[in-house]
Amino acid sequence: MSLLEIRGLSKSFGSLVAVKEVSLAVEAGVFQAIIGPNGAGKSTVFNLISGLYRPTTGSIVFDGVDVTGLVPERRVARGMARTFQITEICPELTVGMNLCIGVEVAGGFRLRPWLSRAETAANVARVDELAAMVGLTDKIDRFVGELSHGDQRAVEIGMALALRPKLLLLDEPTAGMGDQETEVIAELMQRLHRTHGMTIVLIEHDMEIVFRLADRIAVLDRGAVLATGTPHEIAADEAVQAAYLGRQEA
Amino acid sequence: MPSIKLPRHVGDAVVWLVLLTMPYWMQYVHGYTELASRIIVAGLAAMALNFLLGYTGVLSFGHAAYFGLGAYGVGMTLRYLVPSTGLGMLVGILVGTVAAALIGPLIARLRGVYFAMVTIAFGQVFYFIAFRWNSVTGGDDGLTGWRRLPIDFGIGTLDIAGNDKAFYYFALAIFALCVGAMALLLRSPFGRTLLAIRENERRARFLGIPVDRHIWMSWVISCFFVSVAGTLYALINNFVDPRALRWDQSGNFVIMAVLGGMRSFWGPLIGAAIFVALQDYVSSETENWMSFIGLFFVLVVLFFPRGILGMIRARRAA
Repeated sequence: MSLLEIRGLSKSFGSLVAVKEVSLAVEAGVFQAIIGPNGAGKSTVFNLISGLYRPTTGSIVFDGVDVTGLVPERRVARGMARTFQITEICPELTVGMNLCIGVEVAGGFRLRPWLSRAETAANVARVDELAAMVGLTDKIDRFVGELSHGDQRAVEIGMALALRPKLLLLDEPTAGMGDQETEVIAELMQRLHRTHGMTIVLIEHDMEIVFRLADRIAVLDRGAVLATGTPHEIAADEAVQAAYLGRQEA
Repeated sequence: MPSIKLPRHVGDAVVWLVLLTMPYWMQYVHGYTELASRIIVAGLAAMALNFLLGYTGVLSFGHAAYFGLGAYGVGMTLRYLVPSTGLGMLVGILVGTVAAALIGPLIARLRGVYFAMVTIAFGQVFYFIAFRWNSVTGGDDGLTGWRRLPIDFGIGTLDIAGNDKAFYYFALAIFALCVGAMALLLRSPFGRTLLAIRENERRARFLGIPVDRHIWMSWVISCFFVSVAGTLYALINNFVDPRALRWDQSGNFVIMAVLGGMRSFWGPLIGAAIFVALQDYVSSETENWMSFIGLFFVLVVLFFPRGILGMIRARRAA
């Protein structure tokens, strides 16, 4: 059984059909990329998967449970975490505090008026572990608002990882970054996938990164799935070349 | 920035020292003990509001309603039910908190200006009830015919009725309990979820925090403390009138919090002290004291948007 299974998903905004009959299955442990030209409906699909939007038709099954009608918080509780195209973090708090909130919520402490010494120590250790994982150990006391774009993105990914998700959804994590920062994030994604066995669904514009990292690629065009397959198959697909890859090179 | 960490305990110590000695030096700055009591009561109300405003990021313009409910609760209990100050306070706090808890689910989904508007609307409902229901509340003339009574603690009686200083320290003890509880909550995992909501609601949701429910809880906690302040307010005056729960009173609490600095724990207390002291001194000179407060408020907001404490901190960090 797939970890995530989308069946016949459609979403209309008024008369605009943003997503049309999209079906996609993501197996556990797979690095799945979704590509497509601007306006192809990639972010809408993400918002449907994570619960920000309700689909017009279709269903989403996650980890064996139909989550189509669940609010985002419930999907998070079932093991889904995501980042956004525009980084969503807490700018006036430190890196450590950002991660700490994620760790405490994930640990089921969100309603606790106090913590035992052992619980605090365990949380601090986990925050340190996460900071190391996303490469922010030396910036743990810095305010997130004053960090670089790339570091802010790393904080956001760290907060998502704090939840120990079964599925990580990354919406254009390298958007607006320079080559160096892009490479740092790419390496982070690779490490999460290869070392930690994380199941990742990635929306990305940078084709070099997609073809380097992804196990499977789905191509979206005008709200519909044009093709799915391994990077090899996608690169060889004539319909994709005509509709998308060729158009971008031109 | 980390340089603000060390002096924080020093700041706490200074605040408590000032509060503990206030009745003994107020007279030298043309004050009096009752003015000191007014300052800590307004300070408690402003800090309670700031639990919601500064630490959850939600602006209420209707906190006077729960302040007033606490005040009427204690006044009406003493007037009609039992001659017990303690019981009256419990009733006042209970009425204010339960009202907030019931109204909460209706407003916790709202954000920004909509939240503020609906809190005003609910506040005005309570105002008009107090204003119109002459036979019970005394209407526009206020609720009279009752007084605060000495409190019997079993081991001894505290004469808060006849002794201004005794009342001040009684109020300060309650203030300390409330402020301590707020500080504890804000430093807890629960308090940090409120910060996350203030900072970034979308991120909070996608961390799995049920945002509306946490806003409701923050609202009820905030209203609980503001109704505590309301009971003390009624006890200071031995009188309540409907203006205690009118929307301009809510606005005054907001002004106090913003004036002092809503990102700092003690800021609203300092804002309240300035507000109440200015009100007292300037109103003895001119009836237009509010225009001085208004002018001062505008200057602070324009030049020190983080309030007076925020300004001092920025200086120190620089």
